[in-house]
Amino acid sequence: MSEWWKYTISDFLLFSPRTYYRLIERYNEAVWPGQLATLALGVVILKLLYRPASERRRVIAGIVFVLWAFVAVAFLWKRYATINWAATCFAWLFLIEAVLLVRLTYRARSDFVGRLGMGLFVFSLAVYPLLAPLLGRGLRQSEIFGVAPDPTVLATLGLLLMAEQPPRWWTLAVPLIWCLVSGALLWAMGSPEVWILVAAAILVVVARGIDRWRATVIAPAQKS
Amino acid sequence: MDGERWRDPRACARGQPVVASQNALERSGGSLKRRAAIGVVAASAAAVLLRRPPSALARATPVTKPIPSSGETIPVVGLGSWITFNVGDDTELRDECAAVMQAFFREGGRLIDSSPMYGSSQDVIGYGLAKLGRPPTLFSADKVWISSGSRGPEQIEQSRTLWGVRRFDLLQVHNLLDWEDHLPTLFAMKAEGRVRYVGVTTSEGRRHEEMEKIMKSQPIDFVQVTYNVLDRAVEQRILPLAQERRIAVIANRPFRQGALIRQVERQRLPTWAAELGAASWAQFLLKFIVSHPAVTCAIPATSKVAHVVENVNAGTGPLPDAALRRRMAAYVEAL
Repeated sequence: MSEWWKYTISDFLLFSPRTYYRLIERYNEAVWPGQLATLALGVVILKLLYRPASERRRVIAGIVFVLWAFVAVAFLWKRYATINWAATCFAWLFLIEAVLLVRLTYRARSDFVGRLGMGLFVFSLAVYPLLAPLLGRGLRQSEIFGVAPDPTVLATLGLLLMAEQPPRWWTLAVPLIWCLVSGALLWAMGSPEVWILVAAAILVVVARGIDRWRATVIAPAQKS
Repeated sequence: MDGERWRDPRACARGQPVVASQNALERSGGSLKRRAAIGVVAASAAAVLLRRPPSALARATPVTKPIPSSGETIPVVGLGSWITFNVGDDTELRDECAAVMQAFFREGGRLIDSSPMYGSSQDVIGYGLAKLGRPPTLFSADKVWISSGSRGPEQIEQSRTLWGVRRFDLLQVHNLLDWEDHLPTLFAMKAEGRVRYVGVTTSEGRRHEEMEKIMKSQPIDFVQVTYNVLDRAVEQRILPLAQERRIAVIANRPFRQGALIRQVERQRLPTWAAELGAASWAQFLLKFIVSHPAVTCAIPATSKVAHVVENVNAGTGPLPDAALRRRMAAYVEAL
């Protein structure tokens, strides 16, 4: 892209906010009552995080895989691609991420990073769907965990902070790239949710840094 | 622009003579133009005072300008499709776009511009054209936008299918992307009668040096650049070169994607805007653009019928002369 410095975020906005949120609304209508099922799966994840490892490992990973794959195909591929030619690429990235996430296991943690992750997960599950009506767009345009990409990505970032094995950078890459791309889109559309995505991405990067610092600096020092 | 003429496209279609020449009007001076504007001003003022939509008034004659390479005339206000027509498969929004196109044609508009880059816009235009019974006055302008020259013909054919037209009137290389490979393809298509005009585009002041090089070295019919009352970089070299090389100019982003309108609409329209027959800021801004002697057509995009009517009607009645254009630019810059 030549003279790239002359481009602004709004140059990459392909559609109007009205078109985008109507797309969300029509998608919600098409998959209803699937939203109830994905929210229920979110509650199941929440409960399993406090259960013994043998029970929770496979079930949480399976649910996360299904939800990422569902968002990839049902939203990004089938719907979003009708107004954004880049959405098909993101559908592939979401499918790859779904596979990467299958290998991880999670548990509720009582330290700062774990609490942050739990807070992000609960926020994505319970508060994010209320943003649309609170911002005047109506409940029909709500973005629901497991159905819409933004709350699904945010909840997954929360889960990744509760991963039993520190996730590799490539596991974090797709959710963080999505926060960046979707955040830019929301910025261009003047949607205040942009700050949630940006704040979540920064918090997760900082929290992973704290975790890594503890594992590589603090823990060895304590052992010696 | 020598021999530049303003015509009623409906009269042109019947082979009727020229209504007025721009040079004559440029020479006529402000007072004559002001007198000529009275009728339009009265109509515009009446529209405002009576709070009636412009379509409720007697339809004015759209000003047209010739494409220098052929002499064929087109109305000075066209219709863009960036963002506004990318509505996917939303039937309600598609019907709104079709209504915009219907009003555009009804008011005398002809040129519609799109690109494979604009998401579903081409498909939505095709939907609208089919719904309107394929208006014969359409001047179809599309682009090739792919980094592989060998895949250009395939993309063009896909675009043509989406529009549902027999052939495009104008094909442009979008943002000069791989223009070295695409232009020979487009020239070959023109020679075979599969497209009538060839052009290149850029936007927001990017790659002007490269565009100049193309304008000097390639036999193109059109260039498309960003030009509006605040973005006037093309006045320095591109527009004079277009006049010299007899290349038609399409002005994109006339309202800076709506930001310019939002910026100025907080202020009242100057009283002297009535001399132009500009009843709104949109008409004021469009009249500035299309009155440049080198500019053939501006392509504002909208999703609202009232706005497209307002836009097309900006291309009716008097246009500002050089002195008034300077005053318009200074006024907006000072806001």
